[in-house]
This record gives sequence, C-alpha cells and structure tokens, in this order.
Amino acid sequence: MAVEFFYPEYEIVRNFDRCIACRVCERQCANEAHEYRSEDKKMAADDAKCVSCHRCVSFCPTRALKIVKTDHTFRENANWDGKSIKEIYKQAESGGVLLSSMGNPEKYPVYFDRILLNASQVTNPSIDPLREPMETRVFLGAKPENIERDENGRIKNNMPPQIMLSMPVMFSAMSYGSISYNAHESLAKAATELGILYNTGEGGLHENLYRYGKNTIVQVASGRFGVHKKYLSGAAAIEIKMGQGAKPGIGGHLPGTKIMGEISKTRMIPEGTDAISPAPHHDIYSIEDLRQLVYSLKEATGYTKPVIVKVAAVHNVSAIASGIARSGADIIAIDGFRGGTGAAPTRIRDHVGIPIELALASVDKRLREEGIRNRVSIVAGGSIRSGADVVKAIALGADCVYIGTAALVALGCRLCRSCHTGRCNWGIATQREDLVKRLNSDWGCKRLVNLLTAWKHEIMEMMGGMGINSIESLKGNRLMLRGVGLNEKELEILGIKHAGE
Amino acid sequence: MNLLANNLGFRMLNEIIRNTEEDITIDGCFGERFIGSGASSKIITVNGTPGNALGAYLDGATIIVNGNAQDAVGDTMNDGKIIIHGSAGDVLGYAMRGGKIYVKHDAGYRTGIHMKEYEDKKPIITVGGTVGSFLGEYLAGGIIIVLGLNTDACPVGNFTGTGMHGGKILIRSQEEPKYLPKQVCVNRADEEDLRSVKEYLEEFAALFGYGMDEIMSKSFYRLTPNARNPYKRLYTYN
Repeated sequence: MAVEFFYPEYEIVRNFDRCIACRVCERQCANEAHEYRSEDKKMAADDAKCVSCHRCVSFCPTRALKIVKTDHTFRENANWDGKSIKEIYKQAESGGVLLSSMGNPEKYPVYFDRILLNASQVTNPSIDPLREPMETRVFLGAKPENIERDENGRIKNNMPPQIMLSMPVMFSAMSYGSISYNAHESLAKAATELGILYNTGEGGLHENLYRYGKNTIVQVASGRFGVHKKYLSGAAAIEIKMGQGAKPGIGGHLPGTKIMGEISKTRMIPEGTDAISPAPHHDIYSIEDLRQLVYSLKEATGYTKPVIVKVAAVHNVSAIASGIARSGADIIAIDGFRGGTGAAPTRIRDHVGIPIELALASVDKRLREEGIRNRVSIVAGGSIRSGADVVKAIALGADCVYIGTAALVALGCRLCRSCHTGRCNWGIATQREDLVKRLNSDWGCKRLVNLLTAWKHEIMEMMGGMGINSIESLKGNRLMLRGVGLNEKELEILGIKHAGE
Repeated sequence: MNLLANNLGFRMLNEIIRNTEEDITIDGCFGERFIGSGASSKIITVNGTPGNALGAYLDGATIIVNGNAQDAVGDTMNDGKIIIHGSAGDVLGYAMRGGKIYVKHDAGYRTGIHMKEYEDKKPIITVGGTVGSFLGEYLAGGIIIVLGLNTDACPVGNFTGTGMHGGKILIRSQEEPKYLPKQVCVNRADEEDLRSVKEYLEEFAALFGYGMDEIMSKSFYRLTPNARNPYKRLYTYN
C-alpha cells in the first residue's frame, strides 16, 4: 500500500555540469544509491537508499555531489512532528519494536555545554605547558586506606593493582562484531601507541589482538561470550558489564546471521547461532552477588588486575555506585544516556537513563560523603566530544573518561546512524570484506593517535590556564567550573556555582 | 598435598591451590569460596562444603566434592570435570562452554543457563536427582541431563528452557515437564538421543554407584529449541 512510502529524508544533489560519470560514487556506495545509466551515459541516484554517510561526497573527484535534507514535509505541527508520524507508520506496518543505532540524538540538555572553565588572571599565574612540566598521567584502581609500615618502620607496598594511562582517556567497549576487525585493530594499535587502553566489548578477543594485551580491557557480560582463562589473563583489566548508557536495562542480541567466520571463532559460538546477552546477569541479584563475580575474576587472575564494573547512568546511580565500591570492584565506569550503540530499541535509547554530567557529579559526591571515594576510580562515558568535555568531566569528579563515538568519528564515521544495516561505507560497523578493507588499521591508528595527541595538548593548555599542572589537582575541582543558564537544582547536583558568582 | 581449609580462609587457600602443581586434598572445607577458580590441571578433592563459585572459569582441572556444593559451581567453565557427591546450589554451570559436571543428588534454580558449545567443546551437566525452575534458560549449546533418581514426579521445576536457542535437555521422567515456554519443543527421547549420552550416563553410574539398568528403567523426554532465531522478527529498523 502507498501509505508505506515515505519521501526520502535526504536528497542526493548532483551537479551535472561537474559530473564526469566516472562511477566512483556507484562503486563507493554499499547502499546502491547511485547507478550508471548506459542509455544516456549519466549517473542517476535513488534518494531512498541514501543514509547520508557522505562516502560518495568525499570520493567524488569533481565535487559534483552534496547531500541535503529534504524540504518535503508533513503539515507543520509542533506536537506531531514528521518523525513521530513516520514511526507510527513503521510500527503499524511491521508490528515491530523500533531499533536505532548510535547514541541518543534527541534535544535533551547537554550540561557540558552549560559549564564553563576558569582561567588564572593576575594572581596564581597560569602555566605554559610548552615550557613547564605538566602531568597528564593517571592511575586507575583502588587506593589503600592508609600507609602501612613493617616492624622496621619501612613503608609496606599495600597498593592494589593499578592501570597507568598517559592521559585520562580510554576507548570504550565496542565489540568485534558490532565493529569491524580493522576498526578493532585500529583501536588496539592506537591504545598501545598512546599508552592508554581500549576495550573488547562483549564479543571476545580475536587471537591476533592478544599481542596488544597490556593495553586491553576485556569485558565479561551476561552472555560470557569468548570468556576463558587466557582471555582474562591476557588483559590489563577486566570489565564486568552490568549496563550500557544507550540501553539501560536491555541486553544485547547479535543475530545468528552475523555470527560467521572469525566472529563465531572470537565469540566461541557456532556459526549461525544467536548471541544473546540478557539484560541482567542471571546470577547477579544483589551487591553480594556482584561481589562474588568480582572476586571470582580476581581469584582467576591472582589479584593482578583491576576489575571494572560498568553501569548505565540511571536515577539511583549514586546508591548503585556506593554498592559497587563496596563490592570490591576497583573501578566504576558510568555510561551516560547519550552513549553510542550498534543497535538499541529507539524508545530505550531516547528515553531511559540520565545525563552523564549529573550522574558523575552525584556519584563522586556520594562516594566522598561516605568516605569511600578512594576505594574506586571513576570512568565517565556517554558522549565525551572534545578535550573540553574531558577537562569538565574530570573537574566533576571523574578519574578518566571513555570515548567510543568520538573514536569512530576519527576513523571516518559520519554518524549516519545506520550501523544496524551492516553496510557501513566507512568500513567501521560492517563485516562485509570489501567494506572492511576500506579501513586500513595503520591509517586508523594514526588518526586516533592524532586526535588524542591534540586533545592532550588542549587538556594541558586548559589546565595550564587554570594554574593547574597535574590531572590529580583537577580531579573533582569544582571551583574551576561555573554554570551558565542552569537552575539552582542543577547547580546543586553538579556541585558548581553559577557564572558570575 | 593436604590442606586444612578452616585455618586458612579463602584467599590464602586459593593462593596455595593456584601455586601448587600436584593434586590437592582440602579437608574441613566450610564455605570457602572460589576454590579452583581458573585451574587448568591437577585434581582438587574437597572434603566438606565448598562455598560459592567453585571451579569458576575452570580450564581443565578436576574437582571432586565429598559433600554438598553451593551456588555458581562451574561458572563460565571452559574445560575439566566437577564431581559432586551430594547436591549443588543455584546457577550450576552458568555460561559453561566445555567440560562436565556430575551431581549425585539435586541442583537448585537456573541450572545450566546460558550454556554454549563451540567446536570440540561441548558442556555436559548430569544431575542425578531434581532441579529447580528455569533449567537451561537461554541454552545455546551442550547437553543437560536430569535423572530424577530420587523421585517419581517429573524432576524439573517450571519454565524449563526459557529463551533456549540451542543444545539439548534430557529429562528422565514418566510425565512431561510443566509450564514449558513457546521456544521449546518437547518429545520423547529416541534411541539416538540416548546413544549420544550413553557415555555420560555410564560415567555417572560408575561415579556414584548406580546400575545402568536402574537409570534406563524410565523413559526420557527431550527438549530442543523450536526455532532457529526465535527473536528475529521482533524488530523494525528506524
């Protein structure tokens, strides 16, 4: 029926004065939006197939292409916008739950954009990071309660295992399966070169990537895919995934059709079987149960690695974090509601969870009030977009941040949010061999190293401007933050003053 | 090597086990957790009652318990064998990928959930008595056998095989299990099914002193998943 037809959201605009019909666009588009018409030797396009990933635009040698948002519209309505109407049509047609990719794109406040940083003027001079030492290293892990001495008065080493990072940024969990092998290898190589860590996600660790083990966090999720002794032993840290910002309270499901070849091998399940990670770990119903999993992992690895517990930022996150800190976990990772995903039910992604800025500030405050902040490091994730977001997150109490989407964007991702189609033209969220080949891992590594090297300089400059010469002195230093356009309650939760105060 | 558990505490006990190559016998065990976590060789004999997460991530070692075990035995076990001369608690063999678990008497709720198999790895759980509800939830591979040797009723609880999408469950019973979810196909086990598990039944019989005649004196039900991708039609792309 015609009611199923939607006018395409994006239009491919071709300047025929420039187009030389070289067919590059046709070859580059896995969605098959471009076509060569031999009858008149001209290129044609099907807008309905376009996802606005800009691959053709980037590769067009004569700059003949651009993608524009269509001006075709429903009758304007501030309540019933086109998106709401279309979603109803889709569900009326299919009876299905709407599924989306990447992070929450809706218009909720971005608190990072309403927080401003301080700088020194006249007194407490600023520091020039190009001339003066500036410490960006951080150590993640539980810190001892007190200094202990042996009978001769010498300090005993009672330090639990730590992760040393050259800067307070890590690549967050993205599984091999949700992203390509080359994307995974780019992250692994870049993490190694940068002296930071990347995260396997819940898809296991490909055998070729064990050599990057010192810079690898391995994830243990409810489905336990690819989890075995060597996987646990080969990593720098182990992350228990309880939740994810993009889909709090929801598990993962990689359909059997995607469990092929190397992915099947890495997840250690037969080809064609569904990989289901249920929402809860069915053996964890309490902090006590969580403690059991934390300690079983520590026992299996001889207490040599920190254990991270990752949760989504939800309403009671500070109470949950307090429980996690008491469970014996060394690090808490909090994932805000804008965190990315390869696929999540749209309603969950767009309506469940809370912003990372508020979650982070309240967790840090709660743990400090309870006198247990030293027991855990805090990693904040869920849409960290720049060096400034990193500095603000640290001043709100994080030890370090996770970046996922930002890293993929560095690899070429255009945020077209079509990961679920498996036809990523940039070779990132796909397993199609011809597409994966488009992403060279040395090139990818270089781009990621460039990005974070630039961020590191920016972080040092912002710190220097504030007269701060180490990340440790910035951590939880809310005096360096001021809110703009925030109400009393928001300022109270963030623990910051308004600009001008 | 002999160890006395109650003098050591779980952390010291497990450290000694990790650092010992030879076989170990643990006496006076009284709830010490994580015994044999990730162990890849040797035989660990436990006299008493080990605590939760016995043999988690087990990678080839053999654990023999002369007594009952508690929750989360063989969590994410990859290889090896766990033999319990008594009963086991809840979530026995969670996400187990390989190896074998034999329980003489009963096991608790959520036995063998999330079990999966891969290439030469095929996990097998054999329980001599009864099990609680949610047996084999999310089962993706391997075989679970429940014998009910101590009961005339069906030896499994409710909702067996919820979310099951692979593997097989064999239940020795005169009556069909109750409240089975839609994803599960239930049939009488045929000769081929029984032949495929004969070696495990024989090992069970030899370990715990049963006769094969007694075990085979009742018929078995076979539970398998009834669709290859039970959830695939749930979604529409936005």
